[in-house]
Amino acid sequence: MRWRAFKARLAPYYLVLPGWLWLVIFFVVPLLFMLSVSTMTGNILDGFKQTWHLSTYVDAWNSYHTQIIRSLIYGLIATAVCLIIAYPIAYWIAFRGGRHKQVYLFLLLLPFFVSFVIRTQSWEFMLDDHGMVVGLLRTFGLVGSNFHILQTPVAVIGGLIYNFMPFTVLPIYVALERVDPALLEASSDLYANKASAFLRVIFPLSIPGVFAAVLLTFVPVASDYVNAQILGGGTNTTMVGTIIESQYLTNLDYPTAASLSFILMAVLLIGIFLYARLLGTEDAMEMAGA
Amino acid sequence: MTTLTAEVVKPPEPTAPPAPRRRRRFNGRWVLPTWLALVILWLVAPIIVMAVYGFNDGNGKVVSTTWQGFTFKWYTNIFAYSDLTDALVNSITIALITTAIATVLGTLMGVALGRWRFRGAGSVNLLLFANIAAPEVVLGAALLSMFLTLGVPRGYLTIILAHVMFSVAFVVVTVRARMAGLDPALEEASRDLGAGAITTFFKVTLPVIKSGVFAGALLAFAMSIDDYIITSFNNGSTQTFPLWVWGARNRLAGSVPPQVNVMGTLIFVVGVLLAITGAISNRRKAA
Repeated sequence: MRWRAFKARLAPYYLVLPGWLWLVIFFVVPLLFMLSVSTMTGNILDGFKQTWHLSTYVDAWNSYHTQIIRSLIYGLIATAVCLIIAYPIAYWIAFRGGRHKQVYLFLLLLPFFVSFVIRTQSWEFMLDDHGMVVGLLRTFGLVGSNFHILQTPVAVIGGLIYNFMPFTVLPIYVALERVDPALLEASSDLYANKASAFLRVIFPLSIPGVFAAVLLTFVPVASDYVNAQILGGGTNTTMVGTIIESQYLTNLDYPTAASLSFILMAVLLIGIFLYARLLGTEDAMEMAGA
Repeated sequence: MTTLTAEVVKPPEPTAPPAPRRRRRFNGRWVLPTWLALVILWLVAPIIVMAVYGFNDGNGKVVSTTWQGFTFKWYTNIFAYSDLTDALVNSITIALITTAIATVLGTLMGVALGRWRFRGAGSVNLLLFANIAAPEVVLGAALLSMFLTLGVPRGYLTIILAHVMFSVAFVVVTVRARMAGLDPALEEASRDLGAGAITTFFKVTLPVIKSGVFAGALLAFAMSIDDYIITSFNNGSTQTFPLWVWGARNRLAGSVPPQVNVMGTLIFVVGVLLAITGAISNRRKAA
């Protein structure tokens, strides 16, 4: 009998083990390998040696802090715009969506049925100097012939907003959906008008969702390079992801690429922690899906 | 010329006296639905453009930015580029294998985390959270670091390893959320009636959480077939659909052949149909 109880207590471990092992071997251990690579010195021809030098980090920061800071700024702008777009939508679907909530959510997720690269490619096609958007603006004489959208920060940030906005809607929607409509009735019974009911009841309850939304939007936006590569141009829109990718795959300077990855992760982690402390939400992580 | 247009554009004078306008209060009810409609339009605009230009005639090397006439040419010639076809087949098979593995592993984890409170559950949740929150470029670069250090050749297999790694946590999250709606008494009743743990899982637990498992599987499939960043670090010489498109863009100065539009459109249509049938059949079973 006690043996059975013991076995029953082990059940969750059996179930978790395979997936946990997969994540440890292909997610945690690789990070340790990357940590090790980041402190190596050498070059691709003579081979890299483990020297535990931290100088690569300093060099990487000195060479590429422009791109890191640019990535953070693009991330902040895109996340802010995503919030402005997404919050009203999430609010309306959660409280006024009626029977068709799932349909609205599905429509918002339609872009995910088209490959990320192709979606972005399609925007390049539309924003091209001879394409429909700029062409239309020129036909109506709204812009001069030297007006471009492509290869500007506007195009890159626009693409980032487009590609990641659905990640902003969903967590806010989940948080608002959990708000009991009875609370709204209660606040109107207590003579709160619509604005103060929103500001003092609904919005505070949605903060964990907003936190998760910011996290799920800001992190992929700041580390993205697909939008900068396709919609941006030259070096004035390069983001840190591009540098990591090209150092790894083109220049084969693995230590620099690895250090940059850790710098990016450290910056994002510090940002997340400060932000979590600022909001002081306990269940924010739960809302983000963990 | 300019004066002429100006005259034409000039609006005609209203003949009838303006109707007495009732002072209407601005109706705020329509603001948010309009906003939602505009956003959905913005979200689908590039998809519509992709689909429409898949029917655009032209020389076939790249999609023409101007409309050359309607054609089905690219649909009948969809497999004109054999390496593009190979890349698409790779993408589909990789996504199917990834979905199978990630759904099994993720469902088991999700069931355990949703069903029991056990020592270590917190750290498993933290691991999942870190996996979801980590930037893709870091995930890809870290895996490549390991493969390079250990001398593992990159290719089809490493792509699958990577895809399961980044999609499994999403399956866990959807399944775990669904487990919250499962009454533990149901499972206990099944066990009391003499069903074994495995029978109980398939006859009681799985039917209840099926919509969560389905949603998780769909998510895993979509993430796998869509992924560019992590795959580009670990593909070796194996091509997937997004990687081929990226390569074509680099060769063709930022353009792609029309077959890409056609394949993108077909993937979109199949994906949407699958999702809709799945949702409907789930709803029907639940009712």
